[in-house]
Amino acid sequence: MTDATNSQSFEKEPQLGDYFALMKPRVMQLVVFTAVVGMLAAPVSVNPVIGFASILFLAIGAGASGALNMWWDADIDAVMKRTINRPIPAGKVTGQSAMYLGCALSGLAVMMLSLSANLLAGFMLAFTIFFYVVPYTMWLKRSTPQNIVIGGAAGAFPPVIGWVIATGSFALEPWLMFALIFMWTPPHFWALALFMRNDYDDAKVPMLTVTHGRRSTRNHILAYTVLLAVLAVGTAFSAIGGWIYLATALVLNLLFLKGAYGIWKRDEEMSEADNFAVERRFFMLSLWYLFAHFVAILIETILKPYGLGGW
Amino acid sequence: MALRPEHEIHTRRKSLNIGVGLMLGGFVVLVMFLTFAKITSSGFQIPASVGKGVGEQISTEGSN
Repeated sequence: MTDATNSQSFEKEPQLGDYFALMKPRVMQLVVFTAVVGMLAAPVSVNPVIGFASILFLAIGAGASGALNMWWDADIDAVMKRTINRPIPAGKVTGQSAMYLGCALSGLAVMMLSLSANLLAGFMLAFTIFFYVVPYTMWLKRSTPQNIVIGGAAGAFPPVIGWVIATGSFALEPWLMFALIFMWTPPHFWALALFMRNDYDDAKVPMLTVTHGRRSTRNHILAYTVLLAVLAVGTAFSAIGGWIYLATALVLNLLFLKGAYGIWKRDEEMSEADNFAVERRFFMLSLWYLFAHFVAILIETILKPYGLGGW
Repeated sequence: MALRPEHEIHTRRKSLNIGVGLMLGGFVVLVMFLTFAKITSSGFQIPASVGKGVGEQISTEGSN
């Protein structure tokens, strides 16, 4: 490459932070947190160094899938207000760089997780990256209004991988944590779609609000929230539950059901009158909802050796 | 005066290069600690074929 092409191609020099932003740091936080809970809730203790390294490689794998998602969805991101400042549409990083980064980090993360933890954990991470990038990002996101439901599965795998890092095998409990995130994702994103509606319309992403209408979306939010509440409270009676978890689940699910009912009984006119205040509150509550459930599982786990956690 | 003048691209990418360098260094340190943790864990065993190979080499050296 000549000096002339160098100065032309790199007018806006990408910084380290731009590459980091490609890895969706907020999603990585959720991945790390739920995976750590999954790992600590397992009945097998993990060497702290091995545990730290394994969670780090899992986070890198999650970040890599985020970079691949941004590479593929750059055209959509450039249209939506919520995503227009992401590194590729903002012109900070090229799509090709994101693709190379995503592929390289995916390979590194899967290989290192297999070595630091076990082959099953490595395989699970590889499957999660594949599931998020190929069936969800490349196919279903643009073709079905159930995109969020299916995509939610990819975000639900981390606690299962955390458990597998510790035990090297599956059990019912990590799948309950999986189901909790899986069932939580649709009402969380559909509430967002209700008050960010122009974004998804403009990008022609077939969100439920676009394909089936906003009334149907409100019905779906309530239905999923009821199913989620049953699952979340039922988890209290498993090996990862206990009194603290039960109390947390009861309070939060009552609030969540109240919020979903509030969304269900409103129409567009009412929502527009207060700028979707109820929908926005429900969305914010959904963030605390998931966090608090996993914190409760973590507290149960920490207290167990002292005879306080669990049943 | 430096033997070779620094290219302008190195100046522009200085912070990126330092960041990547630090991360690679961190990765090396992490792998080192990971190796220590693995080989000092109670379940660690030297693979049979490697162990045998080492033994053979020692005995050969002894006979010479």
